[in-house]
Amino acid sequence: MPEGTGIGASVRRREDGRFLTGSGTYTDDINRPGQTHAIMVRSPHAHAKIKKIDRAKTLKMPGVLAVYTGEDMKVGGLPCGWLVKNQDGSPMVEPPHPALAQDFVRHVGDIVAVVIAETKQQARDGADALGVDYGVLPAVVDTRAAVKPGAPQVWEQAKGNICYDWGLGDKAAVDAAFAKAHKVAKIDLVNNRLIPNAMEPRAAIGDFDRATGEHTLYTTSQNPHVIRLLMGAFVLSIPEAKLRVVAPDVGGGFGSKIYHYAEEAIVTWAAAQLKKPVKWTAERSESFMSDAHGRDHATHAELALDKDGKFLALKVETLANMGAYLSTFSTCVPTYLYATLLAGVYTTPAIFANVKAVFTNTVPVDAYRGAGRPEATFLLERVVDVAAREMKMDPAEIRRKNFIQPSQFPYQTPVALQYDTGNYGATLDMAMKMADYKGFAARKDASAKKGKLRGIGMACYIEACGIAPSAVVGSLGARAGLYECANVRVHPTGSVSVFTGSHAHGQGHETTFAQVVADKLGIPIEQVDIVHGDTGKIPFGMGTYGSRSIAVGGAALVKALDKIVAKGKKIAAHLMEASEKDVEFKDGKFTVAGTDKSKAFGEVALTAYVPHNYPITELEPGLEEQAFYDPLNFTYPSGCYIAEVEVDKETGSIEIARFVASDDFGKIINPMIVEGQVHGGVAQGLGQALLENCVYDKDGQLLTGSYNDYCMPRADDLPSFEVQHTDKPTPCTHNPLGVKGCGEAGAIGAPAAFMNAVCNALGVAHLDMPATSEKVWRAANAHMARAAE
Amino acid sequence: MYSFDYQKAGSVADAAKAATGEAKLVAGGMTLIPTLKLRLAQPSKLVDLGGIRDLVGIKAEGGGVTIGAMTTHAAVAKSADVKKAIPALAVLAEGIGDPAVRNRGTIGGSVANNDPAADYPAACVALGATIVTSKRKIAADDFFKGLFETALEAGEVITAVSFPAPEKANYQKFRNPASRYALVGVFVAKTKGGVRVAVTGAGEGGVFRKKSFEAALSKSFDAGALDAVKVDAKGLNSDIHASADYRAHLIKVMAKRAVQAAR
Ligand SMILES: Cc1cc2nc3c(=O)[nH]c(=O)nc-3n(C[C@H](O)[C@H](O)[C@H](O)COP(=O)(O)OP(=O)(O)OC[C@H]3O[C@@H](n4cnc5c(N)ncnc54)[C@H](O)[C@@H]3O)c2cc1C
Repeated sequence: MPEGTGIGASVRRREDGRFLTGSGTYTDDINRPGQTHAIMVRSPHAHAKIKKIDRAKTLKMPGVLAVYTGEDMKVGGLPCGWLVKNQDGSPMVEPPHPALAQDFVRHVGDIVAVVIAETKQQARDGADALGVDYGVLPAVVDTRAAVKPGAPQVWEQAKGNICYDWGLGDKAAVDAAFAKAHKVAKIDLVNNRLIPNAMEPRAAIGDFDRATGEHTLYTTSQNPHVIRLLMGAFVLSIPEAKLRVVAPDVGGGFGSKIYHYAEEAIVTWAAAQLKKPVKWTAERSESFMSDAHGRDHATHAELALDKDGKFLALKVETLANMGAYLSTFSTCVPTYLYATLLAGVYTTPAIFANVKAVFTNTVPVDAYRGAGRPEATFLLERVVDVAAREMKMDPAEIRRKNFIQPSQFPYQTPVALQYDTGNYGATLDMAMKMADYKGFAARKDASAKKGKLRGIGMACYIEACGIAPSAVVGSLGARAGLYECANVRVHPTGSVSVFTGSHAHGQGHETTFAQVVADKLGIPIEQVDIVHGDTGKIPFGMGTYGSRSIAVGGAALVKALDKIVAKGKKIAAHLMEASEKDVEFKDGKFTVAGTDKSKAFGEVALTAYVPHNYPITELEPGLEEQAFYDPLNFTYPSGCYIAEVEVDKETGSIEIARFVASDDFGKIINPMIVEGQVHGGVAQGLGQALLENCVYDKDGQLLTGSYNDYCMPRADDLPSFEVQHTDKPTPCTHNPLGVKGCGEAGAIGAPAAFMNAVCNALGVAHLDMPATSEKVWRAANAHMARAAE
Repeated sequence: MYSFDYQKAGSVADAAKAATGEAKLVAGGMTLIPTLKLRLAQPSKLVDLGGIRDLVGIKAEGGGVTIGAMTTHAAVAKSADVKKAIPALAVLAEGIGDPAVRNRGTIGGSVANNDPAADYPAACVALGATIVTSKRKIAADDFFKGLFETALEAGEVITAVSFPAPEKANYQKFRNPASRYALVGVFVAKTKGGVRVAVTGAGEGGVFRKKSFEAALSKSFDAGALDAVKVDAKGLNSDIHASADYRAHLIKVMAKRAVQAAR
């Protein structure tokens, strides 16, 4: 293996030169000959009937080529990828989701029409001039308000605004356990709605080739093949062979670029109407009101404990806001990615969760970094702290007492998942040591002397990643498989192109995947090129989300590489006149056991393409292999995060004194990249805990529609995170790399750690996120009033 | 953005002449350009002050400083003259927005814009600054007229802002975590004419003087002097970032901290 570029090496990210010098190619950088520009006309109302659209004035304006509305674009609706069933077995309510509104608009930002002109400026002028006559209807935005009797109805067919009423777990067992509980810890919480805010706004270009009839869509997507499948098969009825989807460099996704969005279908369709390329790039204010939002749960939970602090049972009731339409993965987020994680890292024997998904007149909600798992972790790690408080136990002690022990794996939880490995005590120990947990009392005293309140909080998270075994998700309502594909093309001189169905939008696959290749084939990393993001080049793929790239895409890559080595051995055996079974491959060389015969990988590759001396009757020339990998189980990364904060009672400001992370990601390909992923995730978790909140007014106007009001974390909001990988990793048992995935962990574990620290400082049972200075000030005052009594 | 004409003014007189009707002056553009991008303004012409040399620079005069209208926040923050005469003003400038904003945004633009959460208006009012324009000199007390409203007339160009040096002063800003403007900003100045306290970010009508604080601090320039003074939440902003009650509370906390830190 070349020194320092294989598995386990912190190879510098090969893509960064391109990104940092502005030489990447993002969708908006692409310009097609004869390109026109689209502006989406969006509803200013949260709920209204479209009475009339008058396009006459717009059509007369300079440069305007077309105005299309829902009347014109009569195509299929945007599909939802996951059918969830009600507790009674009936299917969820699945309302239509037209790309261009048909008769009604259901959230601010809903697309009413598209204006296409020769320049963007002309399209904008035309859009401003478009006369849309609305009949405004009452709107509902708040999750809890949506299910109240008399609430405005988003969809006639969804009575009480309920999309589904779903349950998981054994309710009878839970009730029985609660009946004999020593104590019950209760919590009511809101998991705040977030707006994703990828650095690159969404963009899409539709192109149509008159000569071939081929449609091309360039788009900011995390999964171009999925977009081709959904848009081609469900919306526009274009066969795959005539539809190419390209997702070039993509500047961040965090989930928000998984889904098939209306704009993609609109530009693709309009390009075919006009026989001209049509480009759309979101302005930042459009991103706020049209990118799928995240989280937005209202939950009541109760944890039953025995007298020693052992968890007996957990019951959870959650209302999950879907927004106005069902986005691609929306329905599985608060069910199969949430309730299945409610065992956490604990042996709680009985769990029951009831989740009601509700429609509101807001932007659709879908997976956002962590997707369901941050909500589960936040709930669980908060209620465990409430329990510790009530039992007067140390939060570390109560957790340790309830951990699933290393000897218990594989561990079947009461909520469907089977964890393969883990060592939760190890990450807890490590994090406590890193955070000097023992020294906290002294630090708290020192803060008190300065008149400050100090708090420490921990969160022990687990996530189900490496999404997902197709048969399992299929049985749960998924309408797709979740395998991955890799194609390895060895070129005649031994360099390698990998075509992967995983998609990188900042994660560093061009480095990590190349390390796997360099390691397995023993060739220099410079000889390896990772190609992704183009259905015209990649055989197939399900894309990147759910921390699945290395666990599923990487596993597919290993399978394809194994096939390359197997074929290489046959060729080498022929060249060395040896039996195939005596040929070994190591460090880029084929050797014959017990001899000094050897053929380099490059020689074998050349022979495959110049087959003069070749076993031609048994073996085809060429050296290219493909593999699909469908995981046998999810992977289960876990870890412990500890936050320490100091609160200024006078103002309610929070200073983060320390944040430590100890994670178990199993086998790690590139420790530096993994650490970076944790940093990014923790920053987003901190954002959710302390800063970010999407706010609508009661009429459904988005009050946090810009950075003036929506508080994204900035570098100076963040402390220097201390991130370490566990010293006792537990590699995944069922994928060939032993990897678990790391992309979401930070966002999953961090919110609870921060909020546990804040609640600990304030001496309160609970505070909803984000812990703004005013909320903290009010709580601190109440706390001081109590202390004075 | 709508299309507009562009003119680079060669002198203040040029600019004043051009900035009539639907034309608008542009300084750093940090506030104006975003409003243009969102199509919230439709000027026929932008008259750029960027080429007028006389408008840039800081002069130490009579113990105070006079800052040219086109002087950037970054230049004020770095200025040895400002640091010497009114250190609180340099710190205030250093706390505006982010480096990009500080390197483009100007004192003239900030004062002319009179954003209710901007920092400079508090300094101008508390320090008893004079706004110098192409036509006249206006006392800060008479200049700021409410939300985004000033005493400026059409075609009037701010050329400089003159700050007399206080005996002591300090500015305490509690930032809106999202916009980084002041959620509440309190500028306290002990001047020869008495103590002046100006509050930004909190008032429904923009910057205002807190006369009850001034009276208490004129008797005794000590943070404790404010303990007994009540701050009424009436007339204060309530929004998604902070309630009027919280703002009222912060006004006192920030004022006390400013008194303690004043030098
Ligand atoms: C991200 C961001 C963060 C910010 N944070 C803060 C903050 O924390 N605190 C704060 O106080 N400000 C903040 N600002 C505003 C910043 O200070 C601006 O620079 C300032 O408000 C306007 O100055 P400008 O030179 O950019 O003016 P411009 O945007 O060019 O002009 C603003 C207005 O003033 C008029 N104008 C400009 N110059 C003159 C003149 N000489 N005479 C008459 N009229 C004139 C223009 O016609 C226009 O109406 C922030 C801005 C941004 C974009």
